[in-house]
Amino acid sequence: MTLKFSPAPLVYVALLMTPVYWLVVMSFKTNAEIGGQLTFYPHDFTFQNYAAIFGDRDWYMGYVNAVIYVMMNVIISVGVALPAAYAFSRHDFFGQRALFFSLLMFRMLAPAILLAPFVQIFSDLGMIDTHIAVAIAHCFFNVPLAIWILEGFISSVPREMDESARIDGYGFAGFMSRILIPQIAPGIAVAAFFCFMFSWIEYMLANALTTIDAKPIAGIMTRAAGVLAGDVAMLSAASVLGLLPGIVLIIFVRKYLATGFSMGRVI
Amino acid sequence: MTSRALVPFGLLFPALLVMVLSGVIPAAFVAFYSVHDTFSGNSFVWVGAEWYVSVLSSREFWWAFARSLGFSALVLAVEVPLGIYIALRLPPAGPLAAIYIVLLAIPLLAPAIVVGYLWKVLSTPGIGLLSGLAGIFGLSYDMNNPVVVWATLLLMDAWHWTSLVVLLCYAGLRAIPDAYYQAARIDGASPWAVFRHIQLPKLRLVLLIAILLRLMDSFMIYAEAYVVTRGGPGVSTTFLSHELIQTATIQFDLGEGGAMAIIYLGIVLAVSWTFFTLIVPRRRGLA
Repeated sequence: MTLKFSPAPLVYVALLMTPVYWLVVMSFKTNAEIGGQLTFYPHDFTFQNYAAIFGDRDWYMGYVNAVIYVMMNVIISVGVALPAAYAFSRHDFFGQRALFFSLLMFRMLAPAILLAPFVQIFSDLGMIDTHIAVAIAHCFFNVPLAIWILEGFISSVPREMDESARIDGYGFAGFMSRILIPQIAPGIAVAAFFCFMFSWIEYMLANALTTIDAKPIAGIMTRAAGVLAGDVAMLSAASVLGLLPGIVLIIFVRKYLATGFSMGRVI
Repeated sequence: MTSRALVPFGLLFPALLVMVLSGVIPAAFVAFYSVHDTFSGNSFVWVGAEWYVSVLSSREFWWAFARSLGFSALVLAVEVPLGIYIALRLPPAGPLAAIYIVLLAIPLLAPAIVVGYLWKVLSTPGIGLLSGLAGIFGLSYDMNNPVVVWATLLLMDAWHWTSLVVLLCYAGLRAIPDAYYQAARIDGASPWAVFRHIQLPKLRLVLLIAILLRLMDSFMIYAEAYVVTRGGPGVSTTFLSHELIQTATIQFDLGEGGAMAIIYLGIVLAVSWTFFTLIVPRRRGLA
């Protein structure tokens, strides 16, 4: 492969970052400046927008709530997907391919389809406005995704490893925790990353299933955008804060991201 | 049945339980709604295929369907070639590659509402960057013009999601052994021949995955587009998901919404199955 430097990615990434830069700049501006002329950096630099968010419990709890249900979802999704992915990778069983396909099909469903029943079911169970309700609702697209990613990673580990672990006297739990999980740690990181991502960006279910106590930041922003349509500066600051957890996560998993979806044995 | 045959079911059980709770049961509710009429949301009367007939004979549904299909087609036409191109041009390793990957992934982790909000502001006359840029060239950025609105949504989707295609293709490219490139060099193959006969065939699988994910997710785009356009001007950006949410949760017409959702489910099933059969024989051939 030639190693010549190519300007294309540089130009592309610069274009990609322009709106992000614009957002960050707006978050340090006053509304008066935003409403005035187009300026490419804040002339009237202010932390007021961020101070307003961190000073208001409703706003900063929005982030806490989102992080709580996303983390719950990642733990559930990766936790149940790991043994399932192992079964798909190592065992042959009746209906294996049909089952794998059915799972993938759920990943392809849009939240809009299941919104009405989710609202009804969680209301009947008295679970509206709880973090766990959102975490469970987000499982229908994240569990299949996690199985899909992990199956590929497990299938790249030679089967002989399972055999030698058995001979060494490891039980299934010991094998999983001491041998398999360390081997596929990058795969677990990638699966957790994608689960985090799809749960973190999802809006419709997260907003519809919560009212006050578990309301995510996206819901708070929608409400604020309705009431104070003019407060562009504060909404920009809220958006920047909405990007931050993702950026932190990307920096942690950057090495493994490029190994994403290798297709395993089933497909 | 031997105990060995039961092992995979023990391993699958937690995942299946979660999927039944968060996928199968809600889907069964939708199917139930679609063949019943409801009065107060708790008493249901069997109506058979009535809702399906009313959805399938509704012009709004077919127009929303056509708009969603058109949007998905444009999304794929822009994001797939662009994603492949950028993935081919990224450095294969090193610190620069790591920085590119981090920056590329940032839009992917932007919450739907943030994406929508950002592009709404960017396109707002007077304060936005896009409208400002258009102004420099003497053009007016008119959000009442359906063409401008569609271009804005397309640009927004490309900004948000092309990186997914890039990352998947980049992963696929890294999996090609160096020996292939060496052989091509010995043969004196042109860059185009390398792409056409080595890279593209090796990218087939990741590309199918990328296309399937982008097709399905763009087909049901909701919050992002809604924040920017509210479905307008007129109904020019009212997509299938807006029609569905409007019917099921705003008009609280569970039956008609249910029938719409089941029709959509049928589309998902057909498309996913097509992709599945495209992917599978290839693997068989390799094994």
